[in-house]
Amino acid sequence: MDRSLKLLSFSAAMNVIASPLKPADVVPRPSGASVVEARGLGLTFKTNDGPVQALTDVNLSIGKGEFVSFIGPSGCGKTTFLRVIADLERPTAGTIHVNGMTPEQAREARAYGYVFQAAALYPWRTIEHNVALPLEIMGIGKAEREERIKRTLALVNLSGFEKKFPWQLSGGMQQRASIARALAFDADLLLMDEPFGALDEIVRDHLNEQLLQLWARTNKTICFVTHSIPEAVYLSTRIVVMSPRPGRVTDVIESTLPHERPLDIRETPEFLAIAHRVREGLRAGHSYD
Amino acid sequence: MSAIAAPGAGTGLEPLGLWARLSSGRTLPVLSILLVLIAIWYVAAFSLNAPFQRRLDGESAPGGTLAFVERTLNQAKPTLPSPHQVAQNVLENTFLRKVTSNRSLVYHAGVTLSSTVLGFVLGTTLGILIAVGIVHVVTLERSLMPWIIASQTVPILAVAPMIIVVLAAVGITGLLPKALISTYLSFFPVTVGMVKGLRSPETNHLDLMHTYNASPAQTFWKLRLPASVPFLFASMKVAVAASLVGAIVGELPTGAVAGIGAKLLSGAYYSQTVDMWAALVAGSVVAALLVTLVGIASRVVERAMGARPA
Repeated sequence: MDRSLKLLSFSAAMNVIASPLKPADVVPRPSGASVVEARGLGLTFKTNDGPVQALTDVNLSIGKGEFVSFIGPSGCGKTTFLRVIADLERPTAGTIHVNGMTPEQAREARAYGYVFQAAALYPWRTIEHNVALPLEIMGIGKAEREERIKRTLALVNLSGFEKKFPWQLSGGMQQRASIARALAFDADLLLMDEPFGALDEIVRDHLNEQLLQLWARTNKTICFVTHSIPEAVYLSTRIVVMSPRPGRVTDVIESTLPHERPLDIRETPEFLAIAHRVREGLRAGHSYD
Repeated sequence: MSAIAAPGAGTGLEPLGLWARLSSGRTLPVLSILLVLIAIWYVAAFSLNAPFQRRLDGESAPGGTLAFVERTLNQAKPTLPSPHQVAQNVLENTFLRKVTSNRSLVYHAGVTLSSTVLGFVLGTTLGILIAVGIVHVVTLERSLMPWIIASQTVPILAVAPMIIVVLAAVGITGLLPKALISTYLSFFPVTVGMVKGLRSPETNHLDLMHTYNASPAQTFWKLRLPASVPFLFASMKVAVAASLVGAIVGELPTGAVAGIGAKLLSGAYYSQTVDMWAALVAGSVVAALLVTLVGIASRVVERAMGARPA
């Protein structure tokens, strides 16, 4: 118990550390319950060409219900950071807590749903059976499974496609099915690794809009990796700008956009100002070199 | 639902005439090759059998060249039987004899088929079990794989009699020893194919299981096994043909009682070359039948598993 208290107390402090460039923007989060808490986090891969610093000294606190985007060029460690949260990679320095637990404990507690860049649906399973996969593994009964499949497929607008195999669906629909699969077991944290990166812009706009609606309805915490500035600005409550060699956080930008965001908000001066700041952040991190 | 177009819609596929279907499909090329092979066979049969026919005729050769050719291609014990002799023998011994008769090819094919199938089932099971072990236990991969490869370099013709003799010494005779030789030949392709298949899941698919905190058993049943099915069937096609070879080889040292192998051996003893070739044809037909059956099973299973129709 006292450990979680300690976490709560420094979560506010973390917000200050997370934004060394623009401390004035940081507003201490009133909720205080941080879902992800990284402190001095580093990860060095050993490769044949010597060690590669994928992440160095990442300090970040993500509160409950936030929509945080990670943006930066290839090699900036945004995906690696997501994989560390998911316990798919082990950090080599610093600490990270997910729901106050180690990533491994959080994974064992099934604390998060993960959406990959590719839909990664199992081709031999129909859409409903793909959504059922985590439920089967977690030992959820048949009746409950069917109810949840119905509910989550409705959430991503895929009702009526239960019996289809993945190849019978378009890329966008497949990705929606994979989001439904991540939502099916009701984890409060959703980790999304460039989920719309392989889709064309029209489909992407549509899915961004749907994702925002879904976030509003479910009150989940979402960590979203992207390399699209408009996407990051449109979706997020907070944008983490990252930079490569070594992978690090160079800026954290609070979005001032309202919660209600129609697609044409992207033409407002406010939106463009935030996008400009993200671009500046990327430039400051030498991302354009 | 309307988002999904019917496959093949609007591609202008119309029903084709018989000739168009023959030439666009595989039938015509396969038939052409068959005709060429038969022609070569006739030429070879004539040139191989002609010297003996000349000696047989001696000075008093009746008739002209045509009659000579006809006699050459219809010897009782030719060096190389001509196609029509083999075809006639096969038809006679397949359709005109009782199935229980010792001369019936159906009877002999049945004997070989039963040990082939038993050996194939045992071999496939063994192959899958070894593959599962190799994929899950590092020690097994290092220790077992070299032996498995070495096992296939041993000439089966040398091993087969030993297996038969050793098993007979401990009182095991009949179907099982022959089936075990089939097993010996058929487990190998299945092991190699299944190891590849069980390791075929993409990193994403494996990571997904990891995020669900799935147990190794769950990962096996829900990911590795279904992913390996196409590999399993591909290797089973090879294995079933190898099983048949094993069964035929296994029949040779049993004293040539029954089976296609026995038929081949007795044909060789008594210079019944036509019988030998007929037995070979019967063996090929059985092999084609088995491979086709595995192919059909593969298509049925893969269709049920949502494979995109080709």
